This record gives sequence, C-alpha cells and structure tokens, in this order.
Amino acid sequence: MMLIPCPWCGPRDEAEFHYGGQAHVAYPADPAALSDAEWARYLFFRDNPKGPFAERWSHAAGCRRWFNVVRDTATNEIHAVYRAGGQRPVSP
Amino acid sequence: MMGERPSPPARFEPVADGDLRIAEVSFLTQVNLRLDPGDPAAGDIGRALGVPLPTEPGTYGSADVDVLWLGPDEWLIVGEPGRERDLETRLRTAAGTGHVAVTDVSAQRTTLLVAGPKARDLLAHGCALDLHPRVFGPGRCAQTMLARAQVLLVARDGDEFLVLVRPSFAGYLVAWLLDAAAEHLSGQPG
Repeated sequence: MMLIPCPWCGPRDEAEFHYGGQAHVAYPADPAALSDAEWARYLFFRDNPKGPFAERWSHAAGCRRWFNVVRDTATNEIHAVYRAGGQRPVSP
Repeated sequence: MMGERPSPPARFEPVADGDLRIAEVSFLTQVNLRLDPGDPAAGDIGRALGVPLPTEPGTYGSADVDVLWLGPDEWLIVGEPGRERDLETRLRTAAGTGHVAVTDVSAQRTTLLVAGPKARDLLAHGCALDLHPRVFGPGRCAQTMLARAQVLLVARDGDEFLVLVRPSFAGYLVAWLLDAAAEHLSGQPG
C-alpha cells in the first residue's frame, strides 16, 4: 500500500484517498468553438507515461481536500505533493 | 424536549475494566462550520466560542465546546447534548454577514468513548495512524479509518479517546471494538 503525504494531514494510507486522474488538464477557454474530435480529446485523452506523472488525489476519508501528487507510475515513488491550483514543481 | 430516542448502537452494553472503558456518549451537539480562516468573521467566531479556530491541521481547542479542525476551511464544534439552537445562534450572530456556513450535523455522527491505559492499544488494532502520545496526545484529532469505518478520533486528557462515527457504522464499530478488546478485558472469554 502507498503512503500518500496529504499536504494538510500528513502521510496517510492510500485507502483513505480517491484518485482523480491526470492533473493540469485545463478546461477549454471556449468550449463551444471545439469540434467533436477536439472535445473528445479534452474529455477522454490522457497521458499515460511510464515515470513521473502529475495526478490529482482527494483525501476522501480525512480532510476531503483535493491536491496534486507527482508519482512515478513505474515505482510508485512520490516525488512531490502540492496544493490544488499550484504549479507543478520542476523536477530535479 | 423530545421523547425517548434510541441511540444508534442502542443494544450495546458499556464495558468497564480497570484498563479499558468503552461507552457511548450519545446525542452530542455537533455543528459544522465552514469559512475562510482569513475572513474577519473567523476572529469574531473564535471570540464567541471562547477559543480561536485552530488552524494547525489535526488539532482542536476547548472552551465550553470543543472546536475540531476538519480541514483548512472546515471545523466541527462539539458540545453537550441539546445545545444545537444555542450554538447555531451564537455562531450565526458572530458570523454576521460574513461568508460563513453553519450547519447542525448532530445526527451525522454518534460518539463512542474509549478510555484507559489500554485504549491506545485497542484503537491501534484497527487504525493506521501513529497513536503514540508523543504524536497523538491530548489536543489532537484526526479523521481517519478505524477498522475500515470512517471515524473522527479525538484524543483527550488521561488516555481518553472520543470516536465519532456515522450511526450506520456504529453497530459494526462497537462489535469490532468489543471483539478487539477481548484480550484486554479480564474475566471475558478471549
């Protein structure tokens, strides 16, 4: 099980969290102007890297806040945790 | 005010042993408070409650009520039974026209008291948090999982813990606590 460091509550069991998919997927500035293909790309297409991946998590059984985590999808190593709305930290 | 009200784990017999006590503390007043801690109303509300809203995660302050940190903009005020109106009015008056949400959630959770020198050991059977007094001593509270049930744990003076749990989980949690406590209770078949 992963130990996820909630920016508010500190390290907690993975079972206390909900996964929210890729972070930093911006809502289209002018949704009405999008073609169906572009809209589908916004809705359904996500990165699937092997390595560091910025994703959203919610501390569902704790403070119920959303935040962002940079997690290595191959090793589950957590590189960074930052609050929702924050900039992804530059990896070393 | 009201007739006889059955509490959620109504058929539960309190346990009292030298090292461990488990009992229900029913019908505590609980009021959920949400506001930006930077809002001027936060100070007014703190003065009305007699204790500033705690801003350090996982802590609570006490006056005639306990003010528990639930999130960066969310608190739970816990008081004696039957004080819903009084507390709500007090909070609303202090909030004034500020951007504040005050919600009576007294029916959302019931409370179990787990106390005694063995209380930490018992809770640790089903809780992943570090409950050592150095980390989780009096004045700390945490929302977490206890035996897969979502709970709000409150550490008080003298090895006393309050476990606030949803009524629908209370029967299960009591059954789990009594089962896990078997090894700590004398005169009970293990």
